Amino acid sequence: MFRTTIAGIVLLSVAFAVDAQPTLDEMYELIQKQQAEITNLKEGLAENTAKTESTFTAVEEYTTGPTAKLAEWASKTSMGGYGELHYNNHNSDNSTKSKNEFDLHRFVLFVGHEYNDKLRFFSEFEIEHSIAGEGKAGEVEVEQAYIEWDYTDGHRAKAGVFLIPVGILNETHEPPTFYGSERNPIEKNIIPSTWWEGGVMFSGELAEGLSYDAAAHSGLYINPSAGKYKIRDGRQKVGKAKGDDLAYTARLKYTGIPGLELATTFQHQADIWQNETSGGKDKVDAQMIEAHAAYKNGPFGLRALYAQWDIDDDIEVIKAGADEQEGWYIEPSFQVTEKLGVFARFNEYDNQASDSASKSEKEQFDIGFNYWIHESVVLKFDYFDQDNDSGTEYTGYNMAVGWSF
Amino acid sequence: MFEKITKRKRVTYVTLFFLFLIFFISVSSDAHSKIYQTTPEFLTENFDTPQSKAESLWLTPELKKLTSEILGRPVRGMRARYYSEGEKTAWILEEIGKEKPITVGVVIGGKLEDFHIEHVKVLAFRESRGWEVRYPSFTNQYKNVKMTPNYKLDQYIDGITGATLSVRALNKIARLALFYHQQVLTLNL
Repeated sequence: MFRTTIAGIVLLSVAFAVDAQPTLDEMYELIQKQQAEITNLKEGLAENTAKTESTFTAVEEYTTGPTAKLAEWASKTSMGGYGELHYNNHNSDNSTKSKNEFDLHRFVLFVGHEYNDKLRFFSEFEIEHSIAGEGKAGEVEVEQAYIEWDYTDGHRAKAGVFLIPVGILNETHEPPTFYGSERNPIEKNIIPSTWWEGGVMFSGELAEGLSYDAAAHSGLYINPSAGKYKIRDGRQKVGKAKGDDLAYTARLKYTGIPGLELATTFQHQADIWQNETSGGKDKVDAQMIEAHAAYKNGPFGLRALYAQWDIDDDIEVIKAGADEQEGWYIEPSFQVTEKLGVFARFNEYDNQASDSASKSEKEQFDIGFNYWIHESVVLKFDYFDQDNDSGTEYTGYNMAVGWSF
Repeated sequence: MFEKITKRKRVTYVTLFFLFLIFFISVSSDAHSKIYQTTPEFLTENFDTPQSKAESLWLTPELKKLTSEILGRPVRGMRARYYSEGEKTAWILEEIGKEKPITVGVVIGGKLEDFHIEHVKVLAFRESRGWEVRYPSFTNQYKNVKMTPNYKLDQYIDGITGATLSVRALNKIARLALFYHQQVLTLNL
């Protein structure tokens, strides 16, 4: 009985064991299924590899192909500019000065390109008064076009056409950066802004906040044959400019205290008649000295500037008193809100300062406001009243919209 | 022009020219790019513990919108990277001045109710104008400046004539760093 039971248990165990093992057919089927899965996976892998390769190719083309090269060039090339539309309503006893007109006074484009970290090109192209050409009011000018090279740390050299380092507005005159629709009469008539020449200039930092500029460049040409004597008439704008005599300019500027700029510029030119003669006179040398302070503390601002030309007496054969031409202004301002600022300015200048009999001194008072729609877009309004020693009255108001980008 | 120059003047001009050339060559060097401090140096200066890995503040659409308002331009990128130590965060941010980016390190410290700028440093300046902003006399103005509820600086920063765009760029960076710090603290609550 016992032996039968044991035999029965053994036989049952064998039967169970035989049932748990797959048959050969089942194993073959399993292998087939696994093989099919492997084949699918291989196909999927091949597809993903192909996709990855496509992605790599696309990324490579993007980072090194023509599009990338264009993007790289574009990242090294910059564009900017500014412009201003004016409305001038001026009344003068001198009818030639009276006007009631709209004027796209300036439309300016900057283009610059960086060759590498140390070498760059910069240019400024300007159209004044909208339309240039024969009989038209406007002018097309290249105000800047120079190569700048950082030849050593903290110092750089420029060669080409550049703005003379003088005054407050001569180098920085985008409309949102100054008060008044028109530029102040001192920097316009005495400095004379905007003033650019062709030559070479070295600039750099001498110490924290102390910088220098030293330039040798084309000079002014005040044509004696045409009866010219005012400094502003001497700007040749590097357009086939007479080069018989160079000019030399040096500036020191201090900006070591936040909000404060102090600067002084000196210029010498041996002959502003550029080798011409008049009335038996020649070799008319000229020196300019300019000094200014610009200060901003919180909402309060203050600008003050003085400029003087000391010219050879011989120029008096053209106009008495023209051997001294000078002017100054003071301009307090107050930022009422982030967007609104008000200003007042007192100006005094004379292009025949050494001859009191000429009654050529002019005094002008300006008052107005700027409203910045955006930090780079401004609306302006200002009223002016100019008293002249000659007795000619000249008053009016200006409105402007100006922008920079 | 040269015909009228006397012999003495010619000798003087030529001498001056060669002296200048010698000076020019002697000071010319392989001028290094205008990097005033590297990020690791900046972090070492401002943190007690070594900073090896930056953390991320992910820019959600809401954060991007506010960031765009602060910068006044669209914002790219998915995250802002920062370093932190306790309640202090440091941000390495870039913003274009006139044409080129200025790289600035900003350290913000303080709790949510009292956070403020501890340190601003211009790490790299790549333009030829406006470089005055890199000096401590200018950047020290940002110390202890806080953020107003409308994401502006609560103190006036005196500008530099002729460097308006550089000053604007630093102001935007300062505002952005304060804003990001606020977001980090808010997320960690």
